[in-house]
Amino acid sequence: MIARLQDVDKVYANGTVALRRLSLDVGEGEFLSLLGPSGCGKSTVLRLVAGLGEVSGGRIDWPGGNGRAGLPRGDIGFVFQEPTLMPWATVAKNVLLPLKLRGVAADEAETRAREAIGLVGLDGFEHAYPRQLSGGMKMRVSIARALVTRPRLLLMDEPFASLDEITRFKLDNDLLALWARQRWTVVFVTHSVYESVYLSTRVAVMTARPGRLASEVKIDAPSPRGEGFRTSPLYNEYCRQVSARLAEAISA
Amino acid sequence: MRRVLPPVIIGGAGLVLWELIVRLKAIPYYILPGPWLVLRTLVADWGTLYPSLLVTLAITGAALLVAVVAGVLISILFTQSKLIELGLFPYAVILQVTPIVAIAPLIIIWVKNIPLALLICAWIVAFFPIVSNTTLGLNSADHNLVNLFQLYGASRRQVFWHLRLPGAMPYFLGGLRISGGLALIGAVVAEFVAGTGGAQSGLAYRILESGYTMQIPRMFAALLMITCSGILIFLTLTALSHLVLRKWHESAVEREV
Repeated sequence: MIARLQDVDKVYANGTVALRRLSLDVGEGEFLSLLGPSGCGKSTVLRLVAGLGEVSGGRIDWPGGNGRAGLPRGDIGFVFQEPTLMPWATVAKNVLLPLKLRGVAADEAETRAREAIGLVGLDGFEHAYPRQLSGGMKMRVSIARALVTRPRLLLMDEPFASLDEITRFKLDNDLLALWARQRWTVVFVTHSVYESVYLSTRVAVMTARPGRLASEVKIDAPSPRGEGFRTSPLYNEYCRQVSARLAEAISA
Repeated sequence: MRRVLPPVIIGGAGLVLWELIVRLKAIPYYILPGPWLVLRTLVADWGTLYPSLLVTLAITGAALLVAVVAGVLISILFTQSKLIELGLFPYAVILQVTPIVAIAPLIIIWVKNIPLALLICAWIVAFFPIVSNTTLGLNSADHNLVNLFQLYGASRRQVFWHLRLPGAMPYFLGGLRISGGLALIGAVVAEFVAGTGGAQSGLAYRILESGYTMQIPRMFAALLMITCSGILIFLTLTALSHLVLRKWHESAVEREV
C-alpha cells in the first residue's frame, strides 16, 4: 500500500464542504480511478494527496513513504486537466522543469527530459514551443513532465477530458502501455464510466458533494488491454456494473 | 507591400494637395507654409534644429530608462506584498492623472537643475504604463503552474524567476511601447513649460522661439522632427517586443491561414 486516506474531511475557507469522512486505500502498483459526478471533490482528493492543501479532518498515511510526511517530492507526479505548460519554454525546457527546480545538474536533467519525451512518443519535438503542438501533444508533454522525476505515484486530474475522442483513445492506450512497462501507481480522476473501466484495475465511485467513497469495483481484466477490450462483452459488463454503482451513488 | 503602399499613397496625395492649396491660394508662409518650404527649412536650419533634437531625445531616453528600471522595481515590490500594492498604487494613479503641464512649473521651481527637472517630468508621464502593466503581468501567472511549482518545492525566488517574470514579459513590453511615446511627450511638454533658451534647449523651445519670431516654417520643421522621433521610438520598441516574443507569444506569431 502506498497511501491510506482515513476519514478525510475537507472544508474550504468559504464554508464549502468538499469531502466528508472519505476513506480510501491506494495500493502499490494499481491503476485506481476516482469516478464521480462533477463537483464531488475528486480533484480535491488528488490535491490533498499531492500535498497541495491541508486536510480539515482525518489523516493521510504513507505506509510506503516516510510516515505522515508523505512521499519525498519528486516521488509524486501530477498531471492537470489542462496541459499547464509554460508557453515561453520549449518542450524540453518544460519537461525538465521539475528537475531544474530540484537542482539536478543541467546535463543530467536534459538526458532525463529526453528520455521522458521519448516515453510519450514526442521524439523530435524537443525544441518546439507549446503553441506549435496540438492539444493531444501538449498533454503528452504534460505527462512527460510528470514522469521526468521517475515518480512512484502519478496523480492525473481528468487529463484527457478536453481532448477529442480519437485522441483520447490513443492517449488511453499509450498511457496503459507505459503503465504496464513502468508500473507506477496511478490515481486517475475522471467522470467517464467508460474511460475508468478501460484504464483501471479498480474504480472508486464517489458520491455527490460532500464527497465520500460510495463503492468500489475491481476491474479484473487481462493486461495489456488493446482496442479489442473496448468492444468485448467483459468490458460492457463492467461498464454496466460501474454505471449502476454511479447511479446509486448520485441518488443516495 | 500591401501594408506600406496605401498609407504612402494617401500621405503623398495629402502633401501634394497641401502644396497646391498653399500655392494657388497664395497663403503667406507665416500662416501656413507648404511642405516643400518646411523641408527646405529643415535642411537650412539643420545646424540649430539637430542639436535641439539631440537634447530632447537625451531627456526622453533617460526618462524612459529610469521609468523602466523604477517601474519594474516598483511592480516587483507590489507583487511581494498585497499591502504595499494597496497602499502605494493609488499614489501611482494620482501621479498619472495629474496633468503634467500643471505640475511641471512646480518641479522646475523645486529642482534647480533644468535637465533634471525635465527628466523628472518626462519620467512621471512615462512610468505609469510600465508599473501598471508589469504589475498585472506579474500577478497573472497561471494558477495551475503556481501549483506545479509548489508541488516540486520551488522557492519564492524560483517561482519569481522561472514563472512570474517570463509570464509578465508581454505585459511589460506592451507598457514599454506606450511609455516610449509618453516619455517624448513628457519631455516636450516640460520643455515648453521651462522655456529655457540657449544652446542647451530642446525642440520645444525651438518651436516657442519660432512662434515669437514668426518663423512658422521652422516651427513646422521642429514639429516634423518630434513626430518622426515619436514614430521611430514606437517602431523600435515594437521591433524589440517582436524580437523577444516571436517564439512563443500569440501577439508576435504570424497567423496560419
